[in-house]
Amino acid sequence: MNRALRLIRRRAISSIPVLLIVIVLTFLLLESASGDAVDAYLLSIGGGDATVAQSLRQAYGLDQSMPARLWLYVSSLAKLDLGWSVAFSRPVLDLVLERLPNTLLLMGSATALSFGLGSALGILAGAKPESLRDRALSTVSLILYAIPSFWLGLVLSIIFAVQLRWLPTSGIETIASGKTGLTRAADIAAHLVLPVAALALIYIALFLRVTRAGMAEVWRLDFVLFARSKGLSRARIVLRHVARNALLPLVTMLGLQSAAMLGGSVVIESIFAIPGFGRLAQEAVSGRDAPLLMGIIVVSAVLVICVNLAVDIVYAALDPRVGVSESGG
Amino acid sequence: MRLIRNLIRTPEGAIGLGILALLVLIALLAPALSPGDPLRIAARPLLPPFTDVNFPLGTDRLGRDVLAGIIHGTRTSLAVGIAAALAAIAVGLCVGLAAGFAGGLVDEALMRVVDAFQIVPSFLLALAFVSVIGASVPVVVLAIALGAWADPARLTRAQVLSIRERDYVASARVIGMHPAEIAFKEILPNALPPVLALSAIIVAAAILTEAALSFLGLGDPNVVTWGSMIAEGRNILRSSPSLSIFPGIALVVTVVGVYLFSEGLTKAIAGRRSEA
Repeated sequence: MNRALRLIRRRAISSIPVLLIVIVLTFLLLESASGDAVDAYLLSIGGGDATVAQSLRQAYGLDQSMPARLWLYVSSLAKLDLGWSVAFSRPVLDLVLERLPNTLLLMGSATALSFGLGSALGILAGAKPESLRDRALSTVSLILYAIPSFWLGLVLSIIFAVQLRWLPTSGIETIASGKTGLTRAADIAAHLVLPVAALALIYIALFLRVTRAGMAEVWRLDFVLFARSKGLSRARIVLRHVARNALLPLVTMLGLQSAAMLGGSVVIESIFAIPGFGRLAQEAVSGRDAPLLMGIIVVSAVLVICVNLAVDIVYAALDPRVGVSESGG
Repeated sequence: MRLIRNLIRTPEGAIGLGILALLVLIALLAPALSPGDPLRIAARPLLPPFTDVNFPLGTDRLGRDVLAGIIHGTRTSLAVGIAAALAAIAVGLCVGLAAGFAGGLVDEALMRVVDAFQIVPSFLLALAFVSVIGASVPVVVLAIALGAWADPARLTRAQVLSIRERDYVASARVIGMHPAEIAFKEILPNALPPVLALSAIIVAAAILTEAALSFLGLGDPNVVTWGSMIAEGRNILRSSPSLSIFPGIALVVTVVGVYLFSEGLTKAIAGRRSEA
C-alpha cells in the first residue's frame, strides 16, 4: 500500500509541469484565432455596437495583455474555475461535468468489451502460434483494425437500427419516457450497444494483436520450456504461464490508448447523438467557443493523466517487481 | 534493394505493396481516369449504383459522380496521410535525437513537451487546430502531424540512448571521430529502422484522422475527400446507404494496404537482422 501511495505522489508531482505545458500551448493556439469570444457572441446575437463590445471585453478581461490573461486563466484554473462558455452562457465546468458521465460510461464499456474480448481472442490465437486459427484471427483483426470507427458506426446503424430495427439509432436514452430504475438502465444499455461496438471494435483488434504478439514472445522463454518438461498440460501452460505474462503489457496499453479513445468518442458521439464530452467538443468548435474548447482540452488531459495513474497502480499490484528498486525515491 | 526483395517475399509485404502501388497509380492518373472536376454535377441526382455504365457507382444527392469522387479522393487521402506522416517523423526524429544526445536538462524539458502532446487526445488537438486556423489541406496536414510526432520522438530517443552505449560507438569515439560524425554516421542509420516501421502506422492513422476530420466538416471544402463523401451520404443514409458505404470501403482497403505493407516491412527488417 505504501508503495502505491509513493507511486501516486511521484506521478502526480511529475504531471504538474506536463499539464502546465498543455495549458500554455493550448492557450497560445486559441490565442492565434482571428476574433475572440466577444466577436463570436456578438455574431451569434446578430451584431452589436463598439461600446457594447468594449464593455463585454472588459467584463471578460479580454482587454488585458496576453501574459496577463494567461496568468488570470491559470490562477482561476487552480481554483477549479474553467471560465465561461460563450455559446452556452454557462460556466464551462458545469457543462463538462454534465457531459462527462455519458462519455465515461461509453469509454468504460468500450474498454471493458475490448479488453475482455480482445485478450480472450488473443489468447486463442496465441495458444498455437502460426496455426490456421491464429492466421485466421490475425487476418480478421488486421481488417477490423483498419475500419474507421465513424464509418463502422454508420454501417452498424444502417443494419441494426434502420433495417432490422433492433436497436435505437441515436441518443443515450428514450426522451421523456419516464422510465426509472432497472428499466431505465436497460434503456440506456440498448442505446449504448451500437456506439460501444463501433468504438470498441478497433481496440478489440488492437488488444488481440498485442496479446498474440506477446504470447509468441513468451513461448520462446526458458520457463515455458521448463513447464513443458515438467509435463504440465497444454491448457495450463497457455493460461497460467504464457497468457499471464503476455497480458501485462496490455494493461500499459490501456493507459496509452485512453487518449486516443477519448478522441474517438468525439466522432462516435456525434454520429449517435450522445450528449457527451466529445459532442461538446464538436459543439465548441462549431460555436467558435474558445473558453469551452480550452476547458475541454485541459479536462481531457487531466482525465488521461488520471487513467494512466490508475493503470500504473494496477500494474504495480500485478507485477511485484515494479517500484521495488525505486523505494528510495 | 535487398530490403524490398525481402519485403516482397513475405505475403503481407507483397499484398500490401500491391495495394499501395495500385492506389498510388490511381492517385497519379486521376485526371486521366476521370477527367474534369469531381465536384461538378455530372448526371441525374441519386442514380443508384450498378445501373449506368457511365456512372458505375451512381451519383449523389447533387448528381456528382461517386466513382470520380472516390478516384480523386485517393489523391487527397494519400497526399495528406503521407505528408502528415513525413512531417511527424521529421519533427520526431529531430526532437528524439536532440533529447537523446543532449541528455540532462534539455532531455528532461523536451520529454515533458512530448508527454504533453501524448496526454492530449490528438484528434481533439487536430479539431481545435483546424477550427482556429481554418480548413485547408496544408492546415489539416499540420494538425494531424501535431498529434503524431510524439511517438516517433520517444522511440528515436530510446534508440539513441541504447545505441549510444554499444561497442562500435565507443570504438568510433576512441579512434577520434567527431561527435557530429558519430551521431549522423554511426547512430542515426541504426536508429532509423524501427522508426521507419512506425511510419507506416502513422500514415494509416493520418489517413483515418483526415477522414474523420472531413467527416465532421473540418476538411478542405474545395477538394473531394472520402470523409466528406461519407458525411454527404449520411444525410440520406436511409434511402441511399451506398453513398456512405463505397468511400468507406475505399478507406478500409487503403488502410489495410498500409498495415500489410508495414507488417511486411517489420518482418523484412527483422529478417535482415537475423541474416546479418
